[in-house]
Amino acid sequence: MVAAGSRSTSEHSLGRRVRAVAHSMWRMRWMYLLMTPTLIYLLVFKYIPLWNAQIAFKDFKPLLGVTGSPWVGFEHFQTFVNSFYFSQLLTNTIFFSLAKLLLGLPVAIICALALHETVLRRYRTFVQTVIYLPHFLSWVIMFGVLLSILSPGDGLLNQIIERLGGQPIAFMTSPKYFRWVVVFSDIWKETGWSTILYLAALLAINPELYEAAAVDGANAIQRIWHISLPGIVPVIVLVTLLRMGHILEAGFNQIFVLYSVPVYSVGDILDTWVYRQGLLQFKFSLATAVGFFKGVIGLILILVANRVAKRVAQQGLF
Amino acid sequence: MLQSKTRDGRWFQIGVGIFLTTVLLIILIPFWRVIVTAFVPLDTYITEGVPFFLPLKKWTAEAFTQLMGHTQFTIALRNSVIITVLGVAISMTLTIPLAYGLSARNLPGRKLIVAIVLFTYLFNPGLIPVYLLVTSLKLQNNFLAVILPPALSVFNTLVMMGFFEGLPDDFKEAARLDGANELQVLWHVILPLSKPILLTIGLFYAVFFWNEFFTPILYLNDGNLIPLPVLLRNILISSSLNEFVEYNAFSTTSVESLKAAGVLITMLPMLLLYPWIQRYFTKGSLVGGVKE
Repeated sequence: MVAAGSRSTSEHSLGRRVRAVAHSMWRMRWMYLLMTPTLIYLLVFKYIPLWNAQIAFKDFKPLLGVTGSPWVGFEHFQTFVNSFYFSQLLTNTIFFSLAKLLLGLPVAIICALALHETVLRRYRTFVQTVIYLPHFLSWVIMFGVLLSILSPGDGLLNQIIERLGGQPIAFMTSPKYFRWVVVFSDIWKETGWSTILYLAALLAINPELYEAAAVDGANAIQRIWHISLPGIVPVIVLVTLLRMGHILEAGFNQIFVLYSVPVYSVGDILDTWVYRQGLLQFKFSLATAVGFFKGVIGLILILVANRVAKRVAQQGLF
Repeated sequence: MLQSKTRDGRWFQIGVGIFLTTVLLIILIPFWRVIVTAFVPLDTYITEGVPFFLPLKKWTAEAFTQLMGHTQFTIALRNSVIITVLGVAISMTLTIPLAYGLSARNLPGRKLIVAIVLFTYLFNPGLIPVYLLVTSLKLQNNFLAVILPPALSVFNTLVMMGFFEGLPDDFKEAARLDGANELQVLWHVILPLSKPILLTIGLFYAVFFWNEFFTPILYLNDGNLIPLPVLLRNILISSSLNEFVEYNAFSTTSVESLKAAGVLITMLPMLLLYPWIQRYFTKGSLVGGVKE
């Protein structure tokens, strides 16, 4: 009796909850209506590609279509992993990501510290304005700017080398130098912008800490070492983790513009290879398999990075 | 004691100043080279190449007039403007309602929608599946092919959502009590209060569409549809056999000057928009979100 009674009240409350939700959904009906076009857009332009990605496991024939093509399982993945390109592409991709991170991070931190320390306020704003700018320019423009420095004929660097009695170097097409052109041009373009986060963290440090340090007679270096740097460690950890999560994104737009046939062996990354195999050689399934492989690894890495960030820096990425 | 400290501080400050100036020069000198190359007269270029300083009384804007007089260049400029304007309009139309909807914490099913949106950000199936979609929609040689696939930025949506969440609830409630529906609340209450964020996100989209060059190469094969960055790339990688070089035979300017002038013209809109963008992100409203 008692049990039956409590069940009926729980059913009753369940019914009430459903009705309450239904009521609030009705109340918010305009909100859903408002979001519908965007959700349809997402369905078409983000989720249909996801459906199309099944050709990674098929032998895609344009005439048969995505659904009509025969399944081949993991054949394309095996082809790729066993191919001679696999290690080369992975090496280049990870090299670019790590070199940009490891060499760019200290530069960005030092720039942020210098901007934070300077007493010349107007000059600081001016420097900030200038060093953020390259972030907003496309890699095509950067290509033109790089040519003015690196081209064997009129490039400033080559003019200097020649004046010092050396031979001009074709930096952009030399397998020996190309990787460093990629790494340093990226650092040149993005370091300024990446100081924003560190600068924000530096400005958030309690000013009393600096005052106390001044009373204790700490000099500038001690102040930076014992207050500023520890203050921005969480941001450094967070940025590093996020970049590790994106380690397979080595900068497609940049490399697509800068590379050329002579430097494929040292410049080719997963994304550029996918583009050439898929859209220039029409190996749709193989290229999709590699893109899918990259997507899955990327998803796992970013989820792990997020988990680690929550544990270490007490702050998730999303 | 105090004196020694200020002296210590002064040397440190001089060091910091020198460092910042070095950084500044490293950024500025390459741009300076492009400017000099664009304005250097042909005879100077032939005799001594690109000088470090522009000859004061001898510079010429010949390269700019030649480029602007070339129909292919003006068509590309027009295409870039269309792609950028249309792209920003479509992107904002998609972003604003989603951001607004997600800012309503009590919306039933909000978590599901967040998951749908976030997943598209976390998992990228790659280039080919999108290419197949665009071709199946027959969008080749249509500006929509380069606008629609990247039109919604999850990152921009979340930044905008954060801003909407921070707006005081009183206004919205007052409007709702007056019988306004959500569309009216958004249009009459929220958007007028959100000008800074709308401008910032709009500018981010504008920068993105103006800079786009890979998808136009992919989808716009018609020479009359290519935007400025694609044309600029063709000019930059052209050898002496290219059509852009043949009218150099009239020899009033060098190929190098034409290339540099192209770089500067493509940069110009960004330089003009830049003070606006800069004003908002230095205020710090975006700092929390700038993780990319």
